[in-house]
Amino acid sequence: MSDKVTAYVRTEMLEEKAPPSLNTGPLGWIRENLFPNWFSSILTLVSLWIIYKMLVAFIPWAFGGVWNASSLNECREILQGVDAACWAVIHERFWQLMYGFYPDHLYWRPNLALILLIVALVPVLFEGAPRKLLWISVATPFVGPWLLWGGTIWTPVAAALGFVVGIAVYRLTASALSNLAGLVLGPLAAVIWWILLAGRFSDLVSSILPLGIEPVESRMFGGFMLAITLGITGIAASFPLGIILALGRQSNLIIVKTLSVGFIEFIRGVPLITLLFVAQVMLAYFLPKGTDFDIILRVMIMITLFAAAYMAEVIRGGLAALPKGQYEAADALGLNYWQAQRLIIMPQALKIAIPGIVSTFIGLFKDTTLVSIIGLADPIGWVKFIQADAAWNGIVWELYGFVALVFFIICFSMSRYSMYLERKLETGHK
Amino acid sequence: MTTMTDPPRESFRLSMLLYDSRYRSMTIQIIVLMGFMLGAAWLINNAVQNLAEAGKTFSFRFMSEPSGYDINQRLIDYSSRSTHARAAVVGILNTLLVALMGCIAATVLGVILGILRLSKNWMVSRLAAVYVEAMRNVPVLLWIVLTMAIMVEFMPAPREFRGEEPEARMYLFDSVAITNRGVYIPEPKFANGLGDIPVAISLRSEGCESYLEGGELADSCGLFQISLDLWLIIAVLLAGIFTAKLNVKRANRIQAATGERPNTLWVNLAVIILPTLAVLWYLGFYLDKPELKGFNFRGGIHMRNSLIALWLALSLYTAAFIAEIVRAGILAIPKGQSEAAAALGLRQGKIMRLVILPQAWRVIFPPLISQFLNLTKNSSLAIAVGYMDVTGTLGGITLNQTGREMETVLLLMLVYLVISLSISSVMNAYNRRNALKER
Repeated sequence: MSDKVTAYVRTEMLEEKAPPSLNTGPLGWIRENLFPNWFSSILTLVSLWIIYKMLVAFIPWAFGGVWNASSLNECREILQGVDAACWAVIHERFWQLMYGFYPDHLYWRPNLALILLIVALVPVLFEGAPRKLLWISVATPFVGPWLLWGGTIWTPVAAALGFVVGIAVYRLTASALSNLAGLVLGPLAAVIWWILLAGRFSDLVSSILPLGIEPVESRMFGGFMLAITLGITGIAASFPLGIILALGRQSNLIIVKTLSVGFIEFIRGVPLITLLFVAQVMLAYFLPKGTDFDIILRVMIMITLFAAAYMAEVIRGGLAALPKGQYEAADALGLNYWQAQRLIIMPQALKIAIPGIVSTFIGLFKDTTLVSIIGLADPIGWVKFIQADAAWNGIVWELYGFVALVFFIICFSMSRYSMYLERKLETGHK
Repeated sequence: MTTMTDPPRESFRLSMLLYDSRYRSMTIQIIVLMGFMLGAAWLINNAVQNLAEAGKTFSFRFMSEPSGYDINQRLIDYSSRSTHARAAVVGILNTLLVALMGCIAATVLGVILGILRLSKNWMVSRLAAVYVEAMRNVPVLLWIVLTMAIMVEFMPAPREFRGEEPEARMYLFDSVAITNRGVYIPEPKFANGLGDIPVAISLRSEGCESYLEGGELADSCGLFQISLDLWLIIAVLLAGIFTAKLNVKRANRIQAATGERPNTLWVNLAVIILPTLAVLWYLGFYLDKPELKGFNFRGGIHMRNSLIALWLALSLYTAAFIAEIVRAGILAIPKGQSEAAAALGLRQGKIMRLVILPQAWRVIFPPLISQFLNLTKNSSLAIAVGYMDVTGTLGGITLNQTGREMETVLLLMLVYLVISLSISSVMNAYNRRNALKER
């Protein structure tokens, strides 16, 4: 038995072989992701065909376009039957699409306001920015509108002084009487200042020291400047209002809760356009006779109320998603309602609600286009004006494409920022 | 030895209204209520005074006056001699029509896109993502006016259909014509139909006088008419579906008893389709195709550009949102579920149908409803393209003609509020019934 030939046994490892070339590298990736089976392959081919068709239609049209012409007919003459874009309309009407009738020697003002706003947002949105920038954030709400509408500098100063007055009165009474008295009297003093004294103050000071810039009327506002102005004020004002409404809806105070629910459900049940009708034709009836304030301001109020109701629902979702233990822990620490909200509840609830909040913002910004229906000259309103012009009658893709592109860039970057923020604030547990 | 004593009885002090949490909430609420009532009273008082000064009274009497304007797209009889109220009803029906069409199209497209976006095929999922992002990040109003502009500027005029070698062609066996004046589709008609009956007869409306005097019931008598043919078909269809359900139940019983499931598909199809076909044959069903006569198409159903543009734009826009909802719903189901189903031996199709989708449906349903509501509310943008929905009739022409801003806008809000609240309450009831019952 000993000389029985044993079977061959390999004693050393074989060299590792490279995987089949069809399964690795770009080829393998294509096989796996584009042609794994016959159905998927068909889908890939169909997609390729769609992309090809679109590119073939789009690229010669867009890049063969005419940039210098004064009317659609001139464009067509230059193109001589070639189907290509007439970008000349954008070239010629660019500033109107951007600023409406805003006086062109004053374009720097909205630009500066926008830059100021961006600088002001930096310390709010990104941590690690120098804290001194916060002063700009504080000043922007007063300087921004002043830059846009112009007029005497004392109006924003008077408005800002209201806060100073309020805080000063609060400090004084809180130390002299009690904290509660301060909480009541401080805001009261500020409101009295704004309603009764601020106007006189600014009149008086500007008659002594007339400092100011050229005023611009609201009806001159237009184009993307109007959309951005409406969008930003709406966003800035609807966020705190939404938080208050959400807290009201979650509260156990039955009257507060009923009022909040009623408001939210009413606003969410009607389309924005009906609220804009209210701003346009009905609001004048509800205010004392003779109050006639600007249509843009009225529209801003309505857009803010509209967005606030949606914001409230989003934030309520965040509040509801928070485990009950967080509320109980805050109570156990002896925090009162507002302390608990500020330190424990809101930071977590808002974090949960970020995607919803940002999509509400995006929705609000898109909804500003509705003002074109009540006759304001936002980008879509301007497209209609330009189309009504005999020189550009019949132009479609170029104008709408341009407006859509600008909206897309703004909204898409907002949604990307929200994703960044979600990742940044992710703590690993929910 | 200790004695139990009652805690000292506190006398009520005024400061307890603020500092004692037992009373504070009451104080806050009363202050809020008073503030609210003061505000409301102030607004109403202003409104009353301003109306009085403008010489207007708050009344809805104008609704029963003749409207004096025409509506080109309508589901029920209407002429410029009809009342403003009827114009509003025409508008409401138009709103519901475009909302219903939009919801159906958006759901179909959205589900397909959502699934495509989840596809393992890289190119397909990217393409779907591009569509979704492009649609979502551009205002719906822009899509609506753009679609309208495309319809008007780039679609062929009816005269281009004429001649031996027409420049434009009709689709689907010469039955659908897409023109710059709108889309013409065939109209279902019945050769020996049962006729219409007027409903909600109001004897004051025109055409009812002769009926009161013992004559024929005129078509224009009554708020609207209901086609008996349609009712018959719906009834037969429902009966068929009911029978099919009984059949499924029977199959379930047999399966539970014997383990063998009788084939139900063919029986069910036959039970639903055959009687319907028989009824259609009995009624003499035929399609009335649109035909080019003179300068325009005659026959068939004429869907105006505005309706088509609004419908397409709203569906394409909302589909992007629905796609995201569907995708999120399917992704929300833990992978373990599909693995468990695979371990039970189910095949891919059945895993989707029996395990994933029923669970995903619960996640998808509530946001889907809110998209339907958004679509319905966005349909008010019809006014931008001239489609006569309730915003166009009641909030547009009626408002401008009568100058009754207060009444019309309030009524308009009420209409939308009722539509929204009824949709959401029905859907919430459904949602509660189907919610996961947790112990």
